[in-house]
Amino acid sequence: MKCEDLSKNLIAYLDRRANSAERSEVEEHLTACATCATRAEEFRKLWTVLDEVPGIEPSFAFDAKVRQRVAAEPKPRWFRWLVPQPRIAFSMALLLALCLWMAKMPVESPATIKAQDFEAIKDLGVLENYDVLTKFDALDELPSGNDTQQQTAPSDSQQNPDDGGGS
Amino acid sequence: MTRSDVQLMLDVKSGDEESFGILLRKYRAPMVNFLYRMVRDAATAEDLAQEVFLRVYRARKQYSPSAKFTTWLFRIATNLALNSVRDNRHRQLDVSIDAPIEEDEAPMELPAREMRIDDYMAERDRMAFIRNAISALPEKQRVAVLLHKYEEMDYGEIARILDCSESALKSLLFRAYETLRVQLAPLVTQPVAHPPGEGRPS
Repeated sequence: MKCEDLSKNLIAYLDRRANSAERSEVEEHLTACATCATRAEEFRKLWTVLDEVPGIEPSFAFDAKVRQRVAAEPKPRWFRWLVPQPRIAFSMALLLALCLWMAKMPVESPATIKAQDFEAIKDLGVLENYDVLTKFDALDELPSGNDTQQQTAPSDSQQNPDDGGGS
Repeated sequence: MTRSDVQLMLDVKSGDEESFGILLRKYRAPMVNFLYRMVRDAATAEDLAQEVFLRVYRARKQYSPSAKFTTWLFRIATNLALNSVRDNRHRQLDVSIDAPIEEDEAPMELPAREMRIDDYMAERDRMAFIRNAISALPEKQRVAVLLHKYEEMDYGEIARILDCSESALKSLLFRAYETLRVQLAPLVTQPVAHPPGEGRPS
C-alpha cells in the first residue's frame, strides 16, 4: 500500500470499522511509514479534541412547541378529495382557455371550401376536356339511336313492296 | 416490547400520535445538537429541529420504510441546515460594518465552581477555536464529520444522506479530518521527540 492509498482505509481502520484484510494492510503500511503512523496518531488525538466540544440540551419547551405546531396543522377532511389540487386546477383552467380560444377561431363555410377545391382542380386537362365534351352543342345535332331505326325502317318497307311488286 | 423506529413511524402513519411522541423524545437531543453544530446558533437550531419534526409529521402518509428512519430524518435536517447556513451567509453580506462582532453564538456556559476565571476563558477560547475549525470546513465535509464523529452513523447511512458512494465518503472524511488536523495543529500535533542531551536551539 502507498501513502496515497491510505486515504480510503485509514478512517475505517481508526474507528474499527475496517475488515480484517483492510486492517492488516493499513497496519503493515503504518509499521513501514513513520509519516503515516504520525498522521494516524494525530487523527486519534484530533478525535479526542473534537469530543471536548460540548453539546446543548433542547429547551424545556421544545416538545410543547413541536406539539403546538403539529396541532396547528390542517386535519384531513372527508371531502378533501373534492377540493381540486392547485396543479390540477391550473391544468383544467388552461384546457378550458384553449377550448374557448379554439371555439372562437373563424370556421370556413362549405361554399368557400368548394371554391377552394375548384381552384385546385380547374386546370386539370382531363376534366376540362370532359366538360367541353359534355357541353358540346354539336353533339346534340347527331341523330339518336331510335331516330336512326325510324329512318331506316320506312326505307325497308318502301323497299319490300318494290321487292313484292317486282316478283 | 420495544418497537423499531420504522415500526413507530408506520404507526404514526396509521394515526398513532403517541408513536410520534416517542420518536420526538428519542431524537430531539441528537437533532438539536446536530443542527446546533451546523448553524452555531442555539435558537436557530431549535427552530430548525422543530421544523424537521413537523416535516416528518406532514410526510407521515407518504412514508415508506425503504431506508433507516434516521437516514430520512437526518437527510431532512441536513437540507434544512444547509439552506439556513446559505441564507444566513447571504444575510451577513448585508450587515453593516459597524455591527458588533459575534464571537460565538453558543449559549452561555457557566463555569464550574472550582474553575478559575482565566481557566474558564482559556477553555472557552479553546472551544471556539475547535468550533471555528469545524465551521470552516466545506459544507459536505462538515456534515460528514458531524454525522460520523458525533452521531456515530455508519458509512452506508452517511453516504445515503449525502448522496454519494461509500468510497467517495471515506475519501471525503479523510480530507475533512486532514484539514482539521492542520487547522487544529496546536492541539493535536505530536511534540517532536528530542534525543536526550539534545536541547532545542535557543
